[in-house]
Amino acid sequence: MKEQLQKIRNSAENEIQSAQSMQELEELRIQYLGKKGELTALLRGMKDLSAEQRPLVGKIVNDVREAIEGALDTAKKEMKQKEKNSRLARETIDVTMPGKAKDLGHKHPLTLALDEIKDIFMGMGFKIAEGPEVETVYHNFDALNAPKNHPSRDLTDTFYITEDILLRTQTSPVQVRTMKKNKPPIKIISPGRCFRSDALDATHSPMFHQVEGLVIDKGITMADLKGTLDLFAKQLFGIGTKTKFRPHHFPFTEPSAEVDVTCFKCEGKGCRVCKGSGWIEILGCGMVHPNVLAECGIDPEEYSGFAFGMGLDRVTMLKYEIQDIRLLFENDMRFIKQF
Amino acid sequence: MFVPVEWLKQYVDIDGLDMDTLRDNMIMSGSNIETVEDLGERINKIVVGKILEIENHPDAKKLVVTQVDVGEEVLQIVTGAENIKVGQYIPVILNGGRLPDGTKIKSGKLRGVLSNGMMCSGEELGIADKVLPIHQAKDGIYILDQAYPLGTDIKEILGLNDHIIEFEITPNRPDCLSILGMARETSATFNIPLKAPQINVQEEVDMIADYAAIDIEDNELCNRYVARVIKDVEIKPSPQWMQNRLMKAGMRPINNIVDITNYVMLELGQPLHAFDLSTLEGNKIIVKRAKDRETFTTLDEVERKLDSSMLMIADSEKYVAIAGVMGGLNSEVTKETKTILLEAASFSANSVRATSKKLGLRSEASARFEKGIDPNIAIMAANRACQLIEELEVGKIVGGVMDLYPNRADEKVIEIRPKRMNDLLGTSLSNEEMIGILKRLEMKVIPKEDKFMVNVPTFRLDITQEIDFVEEIARIYGFNNLGMTLPKGNSQGAKTNGQIIEEITKINLNASGLNEIQTYSFISPKTFDMLCIPEDSFMRNVVKLINPLGEENSIMRTTLMGNMLEVLGRNYNRNVECAKAFEIGNTFIPKSIPVEALPIEKKVLTLGMYGKEIDFYGLKGVVQKLFEKLGIEGYEYIPEKNHKSFHPGRCASIVYGNHTLGVIGEVHPDVLENHDIDTRIYVGELDFNILLQITRLDKFYQELPKYPAITRDIAVVVKDEIYVKQIEDIARENGEKILESVKLFDVYKGKQIEEGYKSVAYSLVYRAKDRTLTDEEVTKVHENIVKVLEEKLGGSLRE
Repeated sequence: MKEQLQKIRNSAENEIQSAQSMQELEELRIQYLGKKGELTALLRGMKDLSAEQRPLVGKIVNDVREAIEGALDTAKKEMKQKEKNSRLARETIDVTMPGKAKDLGHKHPLTLALDEIKDIFMGMGFKIAEGPEVETVYHNFDALNAPKNHPSRDLTDTFYITEDILLRTQTSPVQVRTMKKNKPPIKIISPGRCFRSDALDATHSPMFHQVEGLVIDKGITMADLKGTLDLFAKQLFGIGTKTKFRPHHFPFTEPSAEVDVTCFKCEGKGCRVCKGSGWIEILGCGMVHPNVLAECGIDPEEYSGFAFGMGLDRVTMLKYEIQDIRLLFENDMRFIKQF
Repeated sequence: MFVPVEWLKQYVDIDGLDMDTLRDNMIMSGSNIETVEDLGERINKIVVGKILEIENHPDAKKLVVTQVDVGEEVLQIVTGAENIKVGQYIPVILNGGRLPDGTKIKSGKLRGVLSNGMMCSGEELGIADKVLPIHQAKDGIYILDQAYPLGTDIKEILGLNDHIIEFEITPNRPDCLSILGMARETSATFNIPLKAPQINVQEEVDMIADYAAIDIEDNELCNRYVARVIKDVEIKPSPQWMQNRLMKAGMRPINNIVDITNYVMLELGQPLHAFDLSTLEGNKIIVKRAKDRETFTTLDEVERKLDSSMLMIADSEKYVAIAGVMGGLNSEVTKETKTILLEAASFSANSVRATSKKLGLRSEASARFEKGIDPNIAIMAANRACQLIEELEVGKIVGGVMDLYPNRADEKVIEIRPKRMNDLLGTSLSNEEMIGILKRLEMKVIPKEDKFMVNVPTFRLDITQEIDFVEEIARIYGFNNLGMTLPKGNSQGAKTNGQIIEEITKINLNASGLNEIQTYSFISPKTFDMLCIPEDSFMRNVVKLINPLGEENSIMRTTLMGNMLEVLGRNYNRNVECAKAFEIGNTFIPKSIPVEALPIEKKVLTLGMYGKEIDFYGLKGVVQKLFEKLGIEGYEYIPEKNHKSFHPGRCASIVYGNHTLGVIGEVHPDVLENHDIDTRIYVGELDFNILLQITRLDKFYQELPKYPAITRDIAVVVKDEIYVKQIEDIARENGEKILESVKLFDVYKGKQIEEGYKSVAYSLVYRAKDRTLTDEEVTKVHENIVKVLEEKLGGSLRE
């Protein structure tokens, strides 16, 4: 019996080792350990053994069963691993094939640049004010201290609807409307479309965009103006950006300045973008003229303030290195998708 | 304003300053500089030569062979120039020299004859055509006015060892439109004293009263009229140094008298005009207005139409000049002129501007008059011209000055508060510092308690009130010396609700694959025809521009659909396969026609798309997703068959209560044809103002389902003209609170379905919030829905 058991063990182990599939293994399990299996059959013969022999043989039978079970387990694990490996090998794909994606839309570059500018000013406590594109001569010029004979009022410069109504040439009328409606403190930016009678070419468009700002409060100084715009420039163009305030003349501010920033492409060394000067002009600004404050119902003795303005189209073009303003209004999908 | 630095140095000692310092500091004190040009930089080896011989070229008819003495040697130069004569002094570029345009000159043979060097034309010397002296041949060699030592560097003769600064003069500073004005600015900037020209006339003959008389009939438009008379004038070219300065400042030398008037204008800023006194009838000058419909020929030989707003200079019988704009052909200084009357006047700036604009005629004089001239410099300017005539020995000055000065300009005294200056600038300048700055600007200051009384020189037309001094002090103190602070206060930045909704809309449409576009607010009136908008549509009531750039930009838009189709058409015609776009922009609705008040600006959202796999439902899906995000519910799509821009069977109005939110649909083939597009396009336009009002951004959590759902699919066969919405409505109405959703998954026509019918398949999902539904419960409700569908729509359940 002992020998028989050993034989079973040997043949089982051999067969298990050469088995090719899980199914074969399962069949072997049934063949040896199943209810009708060889080992079970042998066990049934135990009852014929003597009382002394029974525990001895029983132990051997158990050893053999454990051995077969162990061999089966190991074989099954190995088999599983092999099958997994072969599945993984089969499933190899070309990872350089293009991904599957729905096309996402893109914001217009003017909107993207404006979003950035808005965020910066909102961070400094500015609100965003809007106003009509079709404006009165009063709001666009008169209230802003523009001389009656100023050339910008000419039919050759400004689009008119009637003698008193025009397409705004700047977003400053929004400042006038804000000052007339609200009491200081006022802290707004006013982005929007503007219109001037310039024929369309690479650098001019009869419609363009401005972002203007206005701060009115007690004790506002020109140093506040400088500090605000310097911080803005650093946030928009990078922390290393420097600003230069050059005296200039605008009717609605006094003193007035133009603001240059160090070229953000070459960091002031001089390049194509800044035409070699290291500086780029981006803003006009100044202290709000007392005549304008008074006209808008604010006492210039009590309050002071500053205003500034920039061409959004220009900033956008500089930022994204767009050479031709016409691209902004042609709306070629291949252009917009780049942003 | 072009300022030759050599000329500037005559009035302010800036020899110790390099060009960069000069430029940078002038810019920072308010005189912005466009360019600085180094004239001599690119001129190399050009010297004075004298033509000794001219002989014909043996083999070329159009060429001559010349011998030119350049001092150290005599050069043989072959030239095609026709204006040269033996004995003339001319500029010669030597072998190996370089012209301003970069051309290098090398000796070589011209048609077999050796040519060593080249004689130069004005153009080759870098002199612009428009300033080339009138007596120099346009395409010929530049002939020097007199003998010069041979071999002298031409830069010395023509004053080319010089820089020209182009200043950008802002309209408030007409006093800077002169060399003296810029010298004042330079003096103030660097705190270097000004050396104003010493003006005096040495010798006078006769008395002016015996030569001429002046009468101002219109005091309103003429502030001052000063005249002097010069006799025995000898008209000829002015000396080279004067021509050089004029050319460098951008003016063409004409003859000595005209040049002197221009020279004084450039130097002092006072335009002068010289009349040939013999042409003035009655030896009289009358300043008066023209009459309507009169005409007058200016010295550029153009006949001008006059009107009664224009100020004229007349003699006792005729007009002789348009005041401040241009002289007449009839009184011009010519070679034969012997006696001149020199005018130094001050006319109303507005009048000159209006006249110049009406006539479309601008001159250096009108450009100065229209910005304003200090009338107090008139005599100085007239005397300066006389002084130059005397110095050049080209005329005798008649004694006395005619001076009519009806509108006297006196020095203003303005009260300013030093504290106010510091308050606005954020500085703490002492009184002494401020007084120092104002003194540099030629202002006298008398401190009075805590105020200053400041005398403003009359040439500073721009300074009228206290605030103007803030700028003066700031710019001389230096904007770069002001501090940098941030405004105090604790205001909060925020977007308005509308701005937030617009932002969400854009992001959502981007997520649906639509690109944002931006198009012009003005459109062509043809847009409406192209969109097939009916003649009587309210959309055709538009706000019109008086002065558009062209018809295509002549009216304010009442719809953005035209812009959208133009953009999509452009993309299509550029072979962009698929385009999906949106724009949020204003439309302009007039309150009345003709327009009397500001129009209503209504924001509109326009959507448009074309491409493979894009259809009506693609567009509708975009709208649906947007509305979902904006929390807009309870709107309906109503078939719209009458909108002429759209396919009558593929267009819907979106209705919300009493409001029409907008319309979406496939563009009508006629409209596509009008836009030269041969693909299907889907467009929608929504009233964004109403969307803003019905948007609900507040979100509240809905409990997740706890109990399982039971799904039943049905397919109903109905007539083609039944809208699926009718089926859905019936299902919902009969859902008994347990119908959670109704989802269309198939519409089938064809085999097995009778012609004129369609099979519509739905998944109906049933679920209760508080329990697990039983099959029986669901079956009861479901069967009822099927029954009602059969009854109301004549539908039959498809087996």
